[in-house]
Amino acid sequence: MNVNELIEKAGFKPLNVASGDREISGVYNCDLMSVVMSKGFPGAAWVTIMANINAVAVAALTDMAVIVLAEGAALDEVMIEKAKAQDIHVLQSDKPIFETSLEIYKLINNA
Amino acid sequence: MSNLVLKYTVDAEDFTRAGEASSDVKGKLKRMGVPPDAVRKVAIAMYEGEINMVIHADGGEITVEITPSQIIMILADKGPGIKDIDKAMQAGWSTASENVRALGFGAGMGLPNMKKYSDEMKIDTVIGVGTTVTMKVNI
Ligand SMILES: Nc1ncnc2c1ncn2[C@@H]1O[C@H](COP(=O)(O)OP(=O)(O)OP(=O)(O)O)[C@@H](O)[C@H]1O
Ligand SMILES: [Mg+2]
Repeated sequence: MNVNELIEKAGFKPLNVASGDREISGVYNCDLMSVVMSKGFPGAAWVTIMANINAVAVAALTDMAVIVLAEGAALDEVMIEKAKAQDIHVLQSDKPIFETSLEIYKLINNA
Repeated sequence: MSNLVLKYTVDAEDFTRAGEASSDVKGKLKRMGVPPDAVRKVAIAMYEGEINMVIHADGGEITVEITPSQIIMILADKGPGIKDIDKAMQAGWSTASENVRALGFGAGMGLPNMKKYSDEMKIDTVIGVGTTVTMKVNI
């Protein structure tokens, strides 16, 4: 499943759509940047509440496919600017981290 | 062929730019065809060092030298220095402020990550003068 399909099927709100579509390789959760740096993996859909600029930098450095802000995490204008500059997909979900992650997991695994 | 040397100034006042040096180096290494594994190691090690310069020191200078066999990163700041390096190297040990923790930093995993993802690491620190971290990643 790629990011554009995820937007369509899960109904997450796109906050920034990057230029290239990305295949999603799995779901990842964590809100501690140094842990994400080391354990975040290429192609991950990273579900987090960390709606800040550093999250974009970390997603870019680890080659994750998309950031999904759970709990309707507040949109930060500076973050969206950074996401545009770094060309990173950012989506928003109203649900908590677990429900959001489970939904993505089911979609990418056809479960 | 001569080695490529890149220099960056890390501005501690501007948190929005933190990570830009690491991101630039990552992009350059990728375009140069450096193997993805080495690129990832450099990205992680350098980002952690760059963020530490922003949140624990007053910013500083980063020099990256790319040789055919190694990537050498030198991160020099004029911050407060590190009192107890053994403690600082422990996973989970952090003096990060509440403000910085609210942004997702302060797990005390940065220096352990730098050690883990570099092939060689050296810390020179003097209290009240500053800290220089040198890391090498083999290609
Ligand atoms: N450049 C530096 N100057 C002064 N002190 C530093 C510097 N780098 C690290 N330290 C000290 O070492 C501690 C541990 O650093 P480390 O990067 O492992 O964790 P952290 O930055 O606190 O949290 P994290 O990296 O997980 O977000 C810091 O809390 C700080 O006290
Ligand atoms: Mg750190």
